[in-house]
Amino acid sequence: MSGGAQVKSRWLPWHAAAVFCFLYLPIVTLIVYSFNGSGVGGFPPRNLTLDWYRMLFADDAIWTSVLNSVLVAAAAMAISLTFGIPAALALDRADFPGKVLFRRLVLLPLILPGIITGLSLLMLFRAADMKLSLLTIVLGHGTALISVATTEVFAGLQKLDRAQEEASLDLGANYWQTFWRVTIPNLRLSIIGAALLIFTLSMDEIAVSFFLIGRDNTLPLEIWGRLRRGITPEINAISSIIFAFSLVAIVTWYRLRARAEGNAEGGAELVEAPVQGD
Amino acid sequence: MFSRAYRAAITVPPLVWVAVFLLVPYALLFCYSFWSVSVSQTIVHSWTLDNYRDLFRVNVYLQTLFRSMWIAARVMVFSLLLGYPLAYYLSFHAGARKELFYQLVIIPLWVSYLVRAYAWKTILGSDGVLNTLLQYVHVTQHPLDFLLYSPFAVVLTLTHIYTPFAFLPIYASLEHIPRNLVEASHDLGASPFQTFWRVILPLSIPGVLAGATFAFVLSLGDFLAPLLLGGPSGIMISNIVVSLFGAAYNWPLGAAISLCMLLLVLALIYLSESLEKKWSFR
Repeated sequence: MSGGAQVKSRWLPWHAAAVFCFLYLPIVTLIVYSFNGSGVGGFPPRNLTLDWYRMLFADDAIWTSVLNSVLVAAAAMAISLTFGIPAALALDRADFPGKVLFRRLVLLPLILPGIITGLSLLMLFRAADMKLSLLTIVLGHGTALISVATTEVFAGLQKLDRAQEEASLDLGANYWQTFWRVTIPNLRLSIIGAALLIFTLSMDEIAVSFFLIGRDNTLPLEIWGRLRRGITPEINAISSIIFAFSLVAIVTWYRLRARAEGNAEGGAELVEAPVQGD
Repeated sequence: MFSRAYRAAITVPPLVWVAVFLLVPYALLFCYSFWSVSVSQTIVHSWTLDNYRDLFRVNVYLQTLFRSMWIAARVMVFSLLLGYPLAYYLSFHAGARKELFYQLVIIPLWVSYLVRAYAWKTILGSDGVLNTLLQYVHVTQHPLDFLLYSPFAVVLTLTHIYTPFAFLPIYASLEHIPRNLVEASHDLGASPFQTFWRVILPLSIPGVLAGATFAFVLSLGDFLAPLLLGGPSGIMISNIVVSLFGAAYNWPLGAAISLCMLLLVLALIYLSESLEKKWSFR
């Protein structure tokens, strides 16, 4: 920190504090009112109770949807990694016709509003006469989230020392062995990071699922259905629980990452690559 | 060093998958936008420009599109106004607490988007937290009803959701600024304000552009916040698309509107990328 050389005004910390209040106000409200006996809203909160949590634990529909969401997220993660890792490798070390288009297509769902991805896939499944179900949601999430796997792994590849792979090949390992024993272990941080990110994004995804839903609900769609019927603190309760789980996941992940390396920049490199390249 | 077979093995599977699940669907979207629906509600596969004509002739579509862009523009500006000074503060003045503050910006992203929108609903409603608080402390006698079911509520909620998205690239670009440039500017006699205006701000423009694009594009296509909090005056273009794909059953018109949205988004990405190129000093 060089200090003193930059604009330093007294309002900056206050602005930061205000932004944090703004960011956390709904989250704090959400958690506080999950314990509020007289329902959502109404100030001050009164009759603190665990009833909503009790009700939640007896609510089978919610837990079925949680299970569905976990299954979808796990399957989507498998698809995104299976295709996202080779896609990153291909962008890094292969030349083929349409590479620029391919890169753009892969990354597009990252920035495109979910509704467009969702309904164009709906058209595909309808053209293929596929019944909408959790499977169609898996395919949707898996496809949209390849972008995340690709950006994360591509960023990891930029830091990878190719000499290691070269050495492995020179020492007689074939490509398959080199891939599993050198490339993948070296990329493991990026891959774990991508996997966690994909899992959470899929758990939370609603715009794509909204169009691809069959009879079985994922958790966000179950919540959505209930919100349309009227609001109950049960939704606060399940959201608070999931928030707690996410917090544990983030802390674990950062511990892991901090232990392995100082800082990683996420996916900025892949997006910036064309600026230097073409 | 990589053999042909290796390169084929890493290229072909993702290429095929992306072709089937991204390229074909976008192509279908394109085709649908030129088809039509018959009276008996089946898709007529003959080419027509009717959907595009409707889109430009029926006022409600264009009006809603402009309203969505206006909402998205406000969200973008507010996210930048909240995100930029925060990123600047973190990058240059937060000292040892930098890492902690950074995590604090990220954590809200882990609370479901839908749940955060819902939380705002419970805050802004007529018997919601804010209104009952205001009555509790006797600021107002009657609940303020402009808070919920209005474009205001949509802008507020989307700003809340996209501020971290605007913050992240700005913070990354500020962190990339070599600190000796800032010191040099100071040593050469520039005031702190001049240093900010002439050195820091120009170097952070690529981050600002990326953040602005994220905030604008993602809020432009949002349909859940308007459904939950917008009321009739807060309807956005994606809500029309949703109804055309649902109850109204006019996929071709819905596809035409989506395609326009898609083109608009691509144009914005292109614009932001070329501006970014212009502003990146290498």
